Amino acid sequence: MAKIHVNTTINGAPTEFLCDANQTLLDVLRDNLGLTGSKEGCGSGDCGACSVTVNGRLVCSCLVLAPEAEGQKIETIEGMAEGDKLHPLQKKFVEMAALQCGICTPGFLVASKSLLEKYPNPTEDEVRYWLAGNLCRCTGYDKIVTAVLEVAAEMRESAR
Amino acid sequence: MSEHKPNLEGKYKWIGTRPERPDGADKVTGRARFGADFNLPGQLIGKVLRSPHAHAEIRSIDTSKAEKLAGVKAVITAKDFPDQANLIVPTGEMQVNMRDITRNIIAREKALYEGHPVAAVAAVSEAVAKQALALIKVDYKVLPHVIDVAEAMKPDAPILHDHLLTEGANPPASKPSNIAKRIEFKKGDAKAGFEQADVVIEKDFTTQAVHQGYIEPHAALASAAEDGQVQVWTTTQGHFQVRGFCARLLGIETSQIRVTPTEIGGGFGGKTVVYLEPLAMRLSQKAGKPVKMTMSREDVFRASGPAPGGNVKVKIGAMKDGRIVAAECIVQMQAGAFPGSPVGPACMCSFACYDIDNVYIEGFDVVSNRPKVAAYRAPGAPISAWAVESTLDMLALQLDMDPIDLRLKNAAKAGTKTAYGVTFNTIGMVETLEAIKHSAHYRTPPKHGYSRGVAAGFWFNIGADSSAASHVGEDGSVTVISGNPDIGGSRASLALMAAEELGVDYNRVRPVIADTASIGFNFVTGGSRVTFATGLAVVNSVRDMIRELKVRAAKIWKIDPEAVIWEGGMAKPAGNQVGTFEPLSLADLAAQAGRTGGPINGHAQLNVTGAGPGFGVHCVDLRVDEDTGCVHIGRYTAAQDVGTAIHPSYVEGQLQGGAVQGIGWALNEEYIYNSKGRLDNPGFLDYRMPVASDLPMIETILVEVPNPQHPYGVRGVGEVPIVPPTAAVGNAISRAIGVRMTDLPMSPPRLSEVIDAARPKKLMAAE
Repeated sequence: MAKIHVNTTINGAPTEFLCDANQTLLDVLRDNLGLTGSKEGCGSGDCGACSVTVNGRLVCSCLVLAPEAEGQKIETIEGMAEGDKLHPLQKKFVEMAALQCGICTPGFLVASKSLLEKYPNPTEDEVRYWLAGNLCRCTGYDKIVTAVLEVAAEMRESAR
Repeated sequence: MSEHKPNLEGKYKWIGTRPERPDGADKVTGRARFGADFNLPGQLIGKVLRSPHAHAEIRSIDTSKAEKLAGVKAVITAKDFPDQANLIVPTGEMQVNMRDITRNIIAREKALYEGHPVAAVAAVSEAVAKQALALIKVDYKVLPHVIDVAEAMKPDAPILHDHLLTEGANPPASKPSNIAKRIEFKKGDAKAGFEQADVVIEKDFTTQAVHQGYIEPHAALASAAEDGQVQVWTTTQGHFQVRGFCARLLGIETSQIRVTPTEIGGGFGGKTVVYLEPLAMRLSQKAGKPVKMTMSREDVFRASGPAPGGNVKVKIGAMKDGRIVAAECIVQMQAGAFPGSPVGPACMCSFACYDIDNVYIEGFDVVSNRPKVAAYRAPGAPISAWAVESTLDMLALQLDMDPIDLRLKNAAKAGTKTAYGVTFNTIGMVETLEAIKHSAHYRTPPKHGYSRGVAAGFWFNIGADSSAASHVGEDGSVTVISGNPDIGGSRASLALMAAEELGVDYNRVRPVIADTASIGFNFVTGGSRVTFATGLAVVNSVRDMIRELKVRAAKIWKIDPEAVIWEGGMAKPAGNQVGTFEPLSLADLAAQAGRTGGPINGHAQLNVTGAGPGFGVHCVDLRVDEDTGCVHIGRYTAAQDVGTAIHPSYVEGQLQGGAVQGIGWALNEEYIYNSKGRLDNPGFLDYRMPVASDLPMIETILVEVPNPQHPYGVRGVGEVPIVPPTAAVGNAISRAIGVRMTDLPMSPPRLSEVIDAARPKKLMAAE
């Protein structure tokens, strides 16, 4: 079967790739493009470890077919830091020990960033429900939720 | 809210602080490489053919068509592995038999559970590999299967292993059964104790199999060279164990295998054994190319882990004042398809929190057509604790005693002799109970509509073998090398101890996890041993390096090395009588190393004993929705004796994560089998682990009763936190609905059933 040629933008860079019709966006990110920061925990959209945004919308990249990336803007964990400057969420996760093994961390960071872009002033409940699509088995979520709430407060403060 | 008041305030500069972990940037940028992130040029993709049957004889396997498919480079079956002798080897806290391991990685005479590997292929792509699996013809003779433990113990149950005679049976076993082993522990005279008791409570409890639920599926990459050397990259809790197992399974020397641990995406005990590694290695040997294998989530559920379920009978006898005079616990535990459940630790932990004169404990290790169980955080202990701590709650209710006071009255202390024979040294059970008793949580009554439960838990913690090395760089910065995969921040705790010992800035110490060829043997990351035992090896390697640093300073000053002391990261003369010299820093000594004897390193290798046991007490407030059977956790506090919290944030994290795994075990998680013996819920949608919206903040209280057998007082902390939650939650639910909960999980359908059954009785009582 002929490969499909896809033109897309990933983390701001124009990117093209060839894929099979049945390949997922996650497969292409990891296997074709070497962007292994997005993780496969389940392959069925239940764990959120493969979270990316497509045109600003938070999705599980294991549920997106790679050809659907045509003409879209994809953001992954690899695009979160600016040069050598970590995103405030990335900094806070390390500072507050909001990760243990770290496998779910890229997904949580992408999802949290997406939350704060839409809702800069979330309540604890809102953070918990927004992140309910991301599984973490190590932390019990406590330090993750705390870190997101602190970053939200700091970002609001610095935006003033 | 977190409470941590170090009782050693001011004693340490680095220990007890909360610096950023050394691998932090890698882990928040996606740079950290986990199991499935490793690739090699020219690699093939390996896939496993798994049994669709719970129990079947394998009459023949025809791989000829698969071998002929274009793109297929190797096909293997059990015939590609030498058979193994009956030989028991340790994995973490559990023991496994090599004869069984080789049959678990790939079925030999029989497939013993759904998902049991039967054959494997390596091909140029995943698509070709999948096609090849479909071309393998296995002739199965399907046999009757058995899933439930009680069923498996019956005399007419389908027998899994014809050679299995019950070890420890009384009288000795004469014919095969599914009961692999019977064990017992006795202290005093339980029968006499019960006769003396004012109150005796007896109850039966059950739990279901649960999975460790690490988010990263198993993955391995193997590259075998023509000269017999093999390299492996794998996500594991113990790369030295992988090397040891694979050397035996493939019949090659350990020196020919080099295993590099990748970053590990959770394990909780489930990554202390081998599944894919020997298959990938054998496929690579046969194909002459690197082979990469990964499990799908479905494979993980069907064929790795899980933790066992069990049936537990508990009987407790007490005097009216709450003093327990006799206790009995009988545990029947799932081992999975091969012997070796954690029934031993389940029995030993059952009453370890308490000082009881008369105890009888009996355990049965039972095989059935389920995947072979693996360790899961305090293996076995949550199962007996569920039963014992629930029974204690019944006792507290019957005696109208505060449940914490009841436990305080019976709490184990230094000098308490356990039923399994050990006498406790300095322990913190009493301090931990008091921490909950005096906590803001316990002193505040539950909110309207909420009810409260408490429970305690115990774990031994272990030491075992560790090696470490410390090197001074030419600029005076330090590398500390050890061999335990960092599963939850251990790099940070090891670096903190090295910095403390050496008297240098934490940020000048870089901790590295070496592969099996680059450091001496290290036992698995498990048993809550890394910060304790490997930490001790690191401390000793730094001390060895300091000894060398003093020798170098002595050489420069032309004095006796005994006259040099190490203080605040500097070599100094021991006193004025030795002479007056400017202190020499690490950098000074490193700069002159070439002239004073060459590189400055330290080494240590230890078999560490003296692990300090840990105790935890949890308190939960929850609300039961009587219409849906849904439970809402409103407040949760976990207190634990942690020895010394080296990096308190990661210690809190262990308590929080363990508590939440326990909440999942209590409320939702279970393996559900259908009548064909197939797992009906092998995915995260139907095997429901807790998500963020299910939970409140998990408050922690770090009680510090230092372990006298560690230079910094370290106790393992990772396992205790999963022990109390099931009973804490169950006790709160039972108090809420007025019916004693005895079966896990207390999921909405199960809880609804209990509530509905109790409703007529409640209505009648109300009338």
